[in-house]
Amino acid sequence: MTFSTSRRTLLMGAAATLALPAYIRRANAQTVIKVAGVHASPVENAWNSRIHAAMQAAAADGVIEYEFSEGVAATDYPRAMREYAEGGARLIWGESYAVEAEARAVAADYPETAFLMGSSGAAEGDNFGVFGTRNHEAAYLAGMLAGKMSATGTFGSVGGYPIPEVNLLINAFRMGVKEVNPEAKFLNGFIGAWFDPAKAKEAAVAQIDGGADILFGERIGTADGAQERGAKAIGSLIDYTPRYPGTVFANAIWNYRPTIDAIVADVVAGNPVGRDYTEYSFMKYGGNELIYVAEDVPADAVPAMEAKRAAIAAGEFEVPIDANEPA
Amino acid sequence: MMEAMDILTTASLWSAVLRIATPLIFGVLGALICERAGVLNLGIEGIMTMGAMIGWLTVYWGGDLWAGLAMAVLAGMVIGWLHAMLTVPLGLSQHVAGLGITLFASALAYYLYRLWVQVGNLPPTIVPFQPWAVPILSDIPFLGEVLFTQTPPTYVALILVGLVAWMLARTPMGLALRMTGENPHAVEAQGLNPMRIRIWAVMVGSGIMALGGAFLTTAAFNSFFPSMVQGRGWICIALVVFASWRPGKALVGALLFALFDAFQLRLQTVVEGVPYQLFLMAPYVLSIVALILVARRARVPEALMQPYRRGER
Repeated sequence: MTFSTSRRTLLMGAAATLALPAYIRRANAQTVIKVAGVHASPVENAWNSRIHAAMQAAAADGVIEYEFSEGVAATDYPRAMREYAEGGARLIWGESYAVEAEARAVAADYPETAFLMGSSGAAEGDNFGVFGTRNHEAAYLAGMLAGKMSATGTFGSVGGYPIPEVNLLINAFRMGVKEVNPEAKFLNGFIGAWFDPAKAKEAAVAQIDGGADILFGERIGTADGAQERGAKAIGSLIDYTPRYPGTVFANAIWNYRPTIDAIVADVVAGNPVGRDYTEYSFMKYGGNELIYVAEDVPADAVPAMEAKRAAIAAGEFEVPIDANEPA
Repeated sequence: MMEAMDILTTASLWSAVLRIATPLIFGVLGALICERAGVLNLGIEGIMTMGAMIGWLTVYWGGDLWAGLAMAVLAGMVIGWLHAMLTVPLGLSQHVAGLGITLFASALAYYLYRLWVQVGNLPPTIVPFQPWAVPILSDIPFLGEVLFTQTPPTYVALILVGLVAWMLARTPMGLALRMTGENPHAVEAQGLNPMRIRIWAVMVGSGIMALGGAFLTTAAFNSFFPSMVQGRGWICIALVVFASWRPGKALVGALLFALFDAFQLRLQTVVEGVPYQLFLMAPYVLSIVALILVARRARVPEALMQPYRRGER
């Protein structure tokens, strides 16, 4: 049998070659989910940095493929979402706080794409999932340590804006303090900005002037004020201790990986993702944790805190969620 | 209420006032020099951001803190040169060019930061300026703690106020600069080049503005964030009007604004039941009120925002 190339086989061969990338893409899609992150802030922002780090870790583990944009302005936000959706991302991660209506409109236009948005609103349809930030359990535990440590009995906190996710965190810290120190007095300051470390520092100094000797730092800059004045501070979301050794004795860490794993599992299984993924930030999923420096904490403060930690993990104690603005 | 008034007598409050005022003093002096020569510089917000980045980066790369300030000035002057080219020889709209410069310089600072600095969880730090107690003077009760236990850039800012005031009022250079902002044709008739004077004024003014940004990253804090200037530049533009284009009054304006800010941060902790937004608003509202009271009598430089074209009337 002689081998000859007819025009028909040539055409078929060429078509098959051209279609090859599509086959490969389909084969890949079954194992690795292509995720696009649309960050409204620079990824240094503590909150975004936690998500960014978890995404990168998931990508390193081969669970997802991750690409991202940062510092995306609200006016540009829907455009960036569409671009990733058109580009073949299976899951688009983002923060729709400032663009709720627009983000939902984009999701409705791409029913095949999964969306996971940090949002104050509810999930929508089959493909618009939401999540809230919850490291309040760890903040509560940090409060239990702090309550035993203050000499003045006055506790400060510096926040950006009084949105629910900030309020419930500061309130959880206060409830933790109160559990071990019912006489505690609280100060609070909002700086009206997400990125003004110089101002957060001044707010911290102002509270130390007002008698506070332990500060809960929702914003970066708080610990700088504490460090300068020899007070103590608690970090939120990320581990601030290496940056402020001797000042930041505890951190209410937020872990985003459980949330990523949960939604990726849903996408792989073909389940609708239009649900609330907030629960994966809770301690029972490993979504938040308290880390602290044992030498900086009085030994008698630890057992009660550890008992509470165990109770939370076992589901015996639920840290109340109070989203009212702290006074 | 008594408690609130007591705050006003604490040295800590007044010390904070000077710290908060320092970037504003640099910014308002820089803007004032530009405007006295007849050029509105709305590039200020971007120039301060660039100063914050370059000043920090120089130190991060192993430079001295003072070298950081010097590089910030240089970076400010380069961007100032760009603004000057657009507004002086080309005579473009100063508003549009200035806003363009702000967008450009802020974005460029962000871009260069990404390009040159690795990003981890938290932005890397430098060892910033520490408060330096002036010998003898810092022992004066109250005043010593407030005025003479600051970081070095704050002293530079205060000295600069005097220097700029003297330069504007008492030197031929200052006279030429003021004249360029009032009547550039008369300057030309004197055999001076108003174009060249304007270009230099914008460059020097921009260099001083950049110091305000550099203060944020080398003294007030120790890292750079892309949006950390947070509108301080725009406040300076308003303060120039408040100051009626005079350096001494500019200092008063900056201090007044900082006082409101430092005071509200403390009021938030003692006054209960008042929404915190009212406190945050206070410095801005009071500045507008002060502006209304003061600025109506202000005399604007005659040729401000008017491009100079040789031989044209």
